[in-house]
Amino acid sequence: MFGPLTAKAGTSRKNKTGSWRTESRPKFLQKNCIGCKLCAVICPEGCIEGAEKNTYHCDYAYCKGCGNCALICPKQDIVMTKEEVKD
Amino acid sequence: MKDFLEGSRAIAEIVRICKPGLISAYPITPQTHIVEELAQFVADGKLDSQFVNVESEHSAASVVLGGVAAGVRSYTATSSQGLLYMGEVIFNIAGMRLPLVMTCANRAVSAPINIWNDQQDSIALRDSGWLQLYAEDIQEAADLHLIGYRISEDKSMMLPVMVCMDGFILTHGIEVVDIPAQEQVDRFLPGYQPLYKLDVDNPISMGLLADPDYYLETRYAIEETMKSALDFIPKVTAEFSKVFGRNYNGLIEEYRSKDAERVIVAMGSVCGTIKDVVDELRAKGKKVGLLKVTCYRPFPAAKIYEALKGVPKVAILDKSVSLGSYAPLAAEIKASFFGKKKSPKLISSFVAGLGGRDITRDSIKEIFRLLSTKEKAGEFIDLKPELLKENYE
Repeated sequence: MFGPLTAKAGTSRKNKTGSWRTESRPKFLQKNCIGCKLCAVICPEGCIEGAEKNTYHCDYAYCKGCGNCALICPKQDIVMTKEEVKD
Repeated sequence: MKDFLEGSRAIAEIVRICKPGLISAYPITPQTHIVEELAQFVADGKLDSQFVNVESEHSAASVVLGGVAAGVRSYTATSSQGLLYMGEVIFNIAGMRLPLVMTCANRAVSAPINIWNDQQDSIALRDSGWLQLYAEDIQEAADLHLIGYRISEDKSMMLPVMVCMDGFILTHGIEVVDIPAQEQVDRFLPGYQPLYKLDVDNPISMGLLADPDYYLETRYAIEETMKSALDFIPKVTAEFSKVFGRNYNGLIEEYRSKDAERVIVAMGSVCGTIKDVVDELRAKGKKVGLLKVTCYRPFPAAKIYEALKGVPKVAILDKSVSLGSYAPLAAEIKASFFGKKKSPKLISSFVAGLGGRDITRDSIKEIFRLLSTKEKAGEFIDLKPELLKENYE
């Protein structure tokens, strides 16, 4: 008899952990963004993507609301807002 | 082939023909000779295996954990402080359901530091999910490694096995030992076929986080597997007997205990001394016997109950303690009689041999003698009261 023992690869994508989010979530204003990528680099979940300036956004299915992206943004183009509706 | 071998050499020989692809160990008395020999075999090209030198037992256990996880038969050995230092990895190996055989050269635990034999080290890890088999002599210790790999790697088990052999008494003692031929061993023990392994082409994660929704089931599964091992071990030992001609029950051994009025229950090399005393007393017409417990985990409570239910007086001899409570073996044997119709009239418990204090024929006779008096609970044998007069006030 075994029980749960191993897992196939890709479970961190399969598990939608956004439900763990704190009571605030980042809002990407996409107005003054310079495309420096700092928000994508610092995100502990790796769930921020973007290509050029003013295209950066996060995937709320994984975002924990830690606020690191808002803190590091040199243009204050990401703000933390109160969580209204859970994803 | 029969040879006159030191116990450690015999274990190294048997491990060599079990063909582990990976060995990792850190030297500690009295385990050292075993892994020294194995390192020599690898260096001389007599064993095609990777021997990984490490800086500690914690690393040695971690290396073999990784080896088995990658699908390679592995081996390690340790003792006392080394086993305790492996502690958290020991639990992980069982929890990850990785088959492994490890030798524990049983030794006392510090402080005070003591390199001599008792069974406190392996007993301290009895709850880790490893099967624990205790050897009486060098031949049995060697054979239990072969049997251990077969049990451990079976797809119904996938649990690690700790072969416990008394330090110095067995590791450094010299006996005639029959080391089987490679062809025989290959027939009994085919190559390891993992049920799951780390493989870049088919990636899996092992040793995962299991939150409250999952953890309980992993423990239940080990518990159920342990229970089924009580049926499985005798099957493997029966097969072993067919191939190698030596008979082990694998769980317990009843020695002249069928009609006995007084029986000692014990584990490990002291059973040899007890057998000699039993023979001596039997020759004088005394009805005495021995019940040897080979398999301590899983604990064969039902078998022990059957073996002892008709015996009037039973003594349990522990070579370890659970400080502040009943001695480990005594507690479990007493528990196996609770609520049963038949039971011995008297079950006494004795502690002996801690830190290598010799358990002599006289010690055993003293236990048989004390069995004729009132019940004893955790009575220390061969205690020196004069040493207890030290005062620091």
